[in-house]
Amino acid sequence: MTVSINEISASPGFGHDLPPHTLQDMLRYMMLARALDERMWVLNRAGKAPFVISCQGHEAAQVGAAFALSRGKDFVLPYYRGLATVLVMGMTPTEVMLGLFARATDPSSGGRQMPAHYGCRRLKIVTQSSPVGTQIAHAAGIGLAEKIKGGDAVAWVSFGEGTTSQGDFHEALNLAAVHRLPVIFQCENNEYAISVHQRQQMAVASVADRGPAYGIPGISVDGTDVLAVYEVTRRAVERARRGDGPTLIEARVVRMTAHSSDDNDRTYRPPHELTLVRHQDPIVRFVAQLREHGILSEAEEQAMRAEVAAIVDRATEEAERAPMPEPETLYDHVYAPARPRR
Amino acid sequence: MPEMNLLEAIRQGLDEAMAADTRVFIFGEDVGKRGGVFRVTEGLYDKYGPMRVIDSPLAESVIVGACIGAAMNDTLPIAEIQFADFIAPAFNQIVQEAARIHYRSNGDWEVPLVIRTPYGGGIHGALYHSQSVEAFFAHVPGLKVVTPSTPYDAKGLLKSAIEDPNPVLFLEHKKTYRLIKGFVPEEDYRVPIGPADIKRPGEDISVFAYGLMLHYCLEAAQTLAAEGVSVEVVDLRTLRPLDTETILASVRRTGKALIVHEDNLFGGFGGEVAAIIAEHAFEDLDGPVMRIGGPDVPAMPFAHSLEAAFMPSPASIATAMRRLAAY
Ligand SMILES: Cc1ncc(C[n+]2csc(CCOP(=O)(O)OP(=O)(O)O)c2C)c(N)n1
Ligand SMILES: [Mg+2]
Repeated sequence: MTVSINEISASPGFGHDLPPHTLQDMLRYMMLARALDERMWVLNRAGKAPFVISCQGHEAAQVGAAFALSRGKDFVLPYYRGLATVLVMGMTPTEVMLGLFARATDPSSGGRQMPAHYGCRRLKIVTQSSPVGTQIAHAAGIGLAEKIKGGDAVAWVSFGEGTTSQGDFHEALNLAAVHRLPVIFQCENNEYAISVHQRQQMAVASVADRGPAYGIPGISVDGTDVLAVYEVTRRAVERARRGDGPTLIEARVVRMTAHSSDDNDRTYRPPHELTLVRHQDPIVRFVAQLREHGILSEAEEQAMRAEVAAIVDRATEEAERAPMPEPETLYDHVYAPARPRR
Repeated sequence: MPEMNLLEAIRQGLDEAMAADTRVFIFGEDVGKRGGVFRVTEGLYDKYGPMRVIDSPLAESVIVGACIGAAMNDTLPIAEIQFADFIAPAFNQIVQEAARIHYRSNGDWEVPLVIRTPYGGGIHGALYHSQSVEAFFAHVPGLKVVTPSTPYDAKGLLKSAIEDPNPVLFLEHKKTYRLIKGFVPEEDYRVPIGPADIKRPGEDISVFAYGLMLHYCLEAAQTLAAEGVSVEVVDLRTLRPLDTETILASVRRTGKALIVHEDNLFGGFGGEVAAIIAEHAFEDLDGPVMRIGGPDVPAMPFAHSLEAAFMPSPASIATAMRRLAAY
C-alpha cells in the first residue's frame, strides 16, 4: 500500500487548485516560522534565551500538512520542531516568543516548560512533553475517543525519524490501525536524531515502509515541497474522516541547524553535507515555484519579508516586556479542582 | 442492603458509572467478552457493546497513552492493567504524561483518567503476579493513588475516581476480590478521595494499613483486644493525597504508631507515614514508630513455603503490636 510519490505529483496542475492568495499564505507562514526561528538563535547568542530548538528546513512539511487540517476542529500534537505547525493552527508570534522567554503568559505552559513544548487547548494543540514519542499514543487515543463519540475530527501528530524507534510509535500505529482511527502520523525525517544517522536507527530505507506492516498506507513525500505535503495530507485527512483509518506519512526534510542551541553538528556532519543542506531550503524552493507560475512578484516577496520581519520585531518586544511567573505560582495546578457533576 | 464481595462492588460501580455517563468507557486486555481475567468487567461488554468495553492490544504503554489522549478529547476512560506487575511499560505514560499534563500546561489541559489494576500477593502468583506497586506511584505529585480495602469503599472511591478531573491509580488487592465481603447500599453514594477511615477505634496503639493488610491488622487487633490491648486501626484508603490529619490525630491520642504494608519495607510507603509522624507528632510519641513490610527481596516467590514466609500475617502483625504496646 505504499503510495509512490510519482502518483502524487501526477495529480492536478500546480498548486492543486489552491487559490493564489492561499499559496501566498502558505509562503508567509513558512517565512514567519523561519524569521522567528532565526531571531531565537540571535537571542540565544545574545544570552537572552537559554534554549532554542529549530524548525528550519521543516517548514514546508509542517505548513503543507497544517493547511490540510481544519483549524480549531482537528487536534494537532506537534513535537518540538513544530513551530510552523502551531503558527498555522493559530498560535501568535508573540505567544511563541512568550514561550521562548518563559513568561507567565506563555500559553503553552506559563513558562514552566522548555521552549518549543507547545500546547493550547483552545486551538486544539495538545500539550507536549520532552520524552519523545509519548504524544503518538495520545494521538491514537484522541482518535479512539473521536470514534467512540461519532465525531469527525482527526488527530495529526508529528515526530522525528529517530523517535520511530520508540515503542510508543509502534504501539500507537498498531492500535490506530486495528480500530481504523482517524489519525495522521507525520514523521519529519531529517536523517538525524541528534548525532545518530537514520542508518543506525532503522534497517528500512523509508519510515513509510512501516505503514504496510501495520496494515495502513505508508507514504513518503518530499518534505521540502509544501504542495506535495499538502496533497498527501489532504488525502489522508479525507480518508480519516471517511472512517477508513490512519495514514503514516514520512516527510523527507532537512535539518538546517544543529539539533539545538546546545549542540554542534560540525562534530558529526561532514562539511559538504552542511553545504548541501543549505541548497535544499524549502522556502527558496517555494518562492521559485510561485515566481515561475506568476503567483508572486519580486515586489510581493520583498513586501512579505518586510511584513514578517516587523511581526517578529513586535513579537520579541512584547514578549520581552511580559512579566515572569510569580514564584508563589510554583504550587499552582498540581491537581485540577473538582468539577460539578454532570 | 445487599452483601457482596469487593470485586462485585467494583463491577457494580463500573456498571452504574457507565449507565450514568456515556463518556465513560473501559479499555484493557481481555476486558470484553471475557470480562477481564478476574471477571471484574463481566457482563459489561454485553450491556454496553464493543465501543465502550474495548479489548486493547497487548501493549500497556498505549493502553494508558491512548486513554490519556481520549481523556483530553472529552471522554472518561477507565484503563485496566491486567496485573500491576505489568504496569512498568506504562510508567512513562503515567508518570511523565498523565501526572504532569495539568501542571505542565499551567492548568490548561486535564486528564480525567482512572487506571485500575489488581496488585498484591498471597494467591500463588509468584514474582510477576503478586507485586505491590504503590510506592513507585505515590511518589508522584499530580497522580492520585487509591487503595480501597472494603466493598463499600471500593465502589464509592471508584465513582469518585471516575468523576475526578485528575489521573487516579486505583489499586485493587487481588486477594480481597472474593475474600472480603460487605454491605453496599443500593443508593448512589461516593467515598471521597483523600480521607482515611478509622476502621476500629482504640486507645493504646495506632495502626495504619490499606488493602489486604488492613484486614490482617483488624484480625490482629481482635487478638490483642482479648489480651487487654486496645488497638486503633486506620485504613489509609488513599495514599496520595494522604490524610495526614487523621494519622496525626490518632497518634496524638495513642502515642504509638505501627504502619503495615505488604510491599517491601525499604523506600516503601510506610517510610513516608513514619517520617510524617516523626516530624509532626514527636512530642506525643511514647515508643518508636514501627513498620512492618514485605522482606527486601526482589519479589514474592511461588512455592507455598516461600510465599508464606514473604507475606506479613495476622500473627506477625500481632507480635509487632504487642512489642509496641509494651513501651
Ligand atoms: C525518551 C527520550 N530519550 C532521549 C531524549 C533526548 N533526545 C531529545 S531529541 C532526540 C533526538 C530525536 O531525534 P528525531 O526523533 O529524529 O527528531 P529530530 O530532533 O531529528 O527532529 C533525543 C535523543 C528524549 N527527549 N526522550
Ligand atoms: Mg531526526
